[in-house]
Amino acid sequence: MSAERYHRQEILKDFGPIAQQKLSDAKVLVIGAGGLGIPVLTYLNAMGVGNLGIVEHDTVSESNLHRQVIYNEADIGRQKNDAILERLKAQNSNTNLIGYNTFLFKENALKFISDYDLVVDASDNFPTRYLVNDACVILNKPFVYGALHGFEGQVSVFNHKGGPTYRCLFPNMPKADEVPNCNEHGVLGILPGIIGNLQALEAIKVLTDIGEVLSGKLLIFSALEQSYQKIKFKLVDQNTKIKTLAESYEFSCDATINSIEAVGLVPLLSDTNIELIDVRTSEEFSHKNLSLAKHIPLSELEQRHTEIDLNKPVYLVCESGVRSRKALLLLQEWYPNKTFVNVEGGMRKLNTYVNLY
Amino acid sequence: MELLLFGIAKDIVGESNIDLSDQSSVPQSVAELKLFLSAEYPDFQKLTSLAIAVNSEYAGDEVLLKSGDEIAIIPPVSGG
Repeated sequence: MSAERYHRQEILKDFGPIAQQKLSDAKVLVIGAGGLGIPVLTYLNAMGVGNLGIVEHDTVSESNLHRQVIYNEADIGRQKNDAILERLKAQNSNTNLIGYNTFLFKENALKFISDYDLVVDASDNFPTRYLVNDACVILNKPFVYGALHGFEGQVSVFNHKGGPTYRCLFPNMPKADEVPNCNEHGVLGILPGIIGNLQALEAIKVLTDIGEVLSGKLLIFSALEQSYQKIKFKLVDQNTKIKTLAESYEFSCDATINSIEAVGLVPLLSDTNIELIDVRTSEEFSHKNLSLAKHIPLSELEQRHTEIDLNKPVYLVCESGVRSRKALLLLQEWYPNKTFVNVEGGMRKLNTYVNLY
Repeated sequence: MELLLFGIAKDIVGESNIDLSDQSSVPQSVAELKLFLSAEYPDFQKLTSLAIAVNSEYAGDEVLLKSGDEIAIIPPVSGG
């Protein structure tokens, strides 16, 4: 590589060729190639991080384009991993890029993360975030956290040099119906760009030992006020003592929920004697769906629940198993004598067993 | 005593901050503040995982509050 490539950052007094070499030697795993992961990957790749892994199993959909700016219209329907690897390779041919075309699960998390120095959590759901935390604690890897809600974002660096972890801030995963996600709640296109870039900045600082890493501090960004709040928090010792992953990272719930693992639904997919209700949005449903499924979005369930054939066993599915759980709780209220079954892990998990495209 | 609300807490209250100074009974601790919020805004009852910071520092239930404190209500967020 020409000496020119990183010249402008190598002449920075506090960065220099030593920091550049550290980037070149570094191995960073990015969980998610969506709104947050794209700016993270784009800048780490441009700045010369030598080894980048990408965990992503989603495909590009039209509703991604307003914020996932590396994808273009022709990518709709393509695996995100394929599209982004192509772009990153064209951007910097020196980077050793590895795409893991799967979501992060309890079964693969430790194996993937153990090969890297630093993890960037650019995921979009609580189960993955808690899984990333626990796996990083077990393997003693630092990770850069970023997350969004509406017009706000949070950034921090967890498990860095004995510093606090995600569980020191939020000890336990919220219940399924507590906090909505981007698909339901919406997100301003530029917001993940800002938060993801802040994550990339923290990643660079961790890797090169420059500046003050955002460890033990939660940064909260409010886009509408253009304001930043920094909240200090301390290590809770017991949170570093995790030795094994939890039994399950699916949402927990007080109410009794009948559920089936996604794999258990596979043999039933050709069974016309079951009623499978997909409660995702119309946009998500049109992107990919199971031919057996009847589509009733969660937001319309109250008006349309009478369309469900209660004479058959009723299964409920959504993207990750969260909204279907909400739907189940509602239906149980309306039909207390009928049993409903939630498909755990939803379409994401199903997608690892059957080709939905 | 000023409350700064983030994430779903802001959505529940409908504003990004509230001034508690003119309340008849001002909460004396973080635990009391949580009870106050649940009573005033019932949707808070379902938030099991809520971080509270007093003057930009994470605060457990036992932390006492005084007038002039700036209190941030920080629910977890998951979007990406």
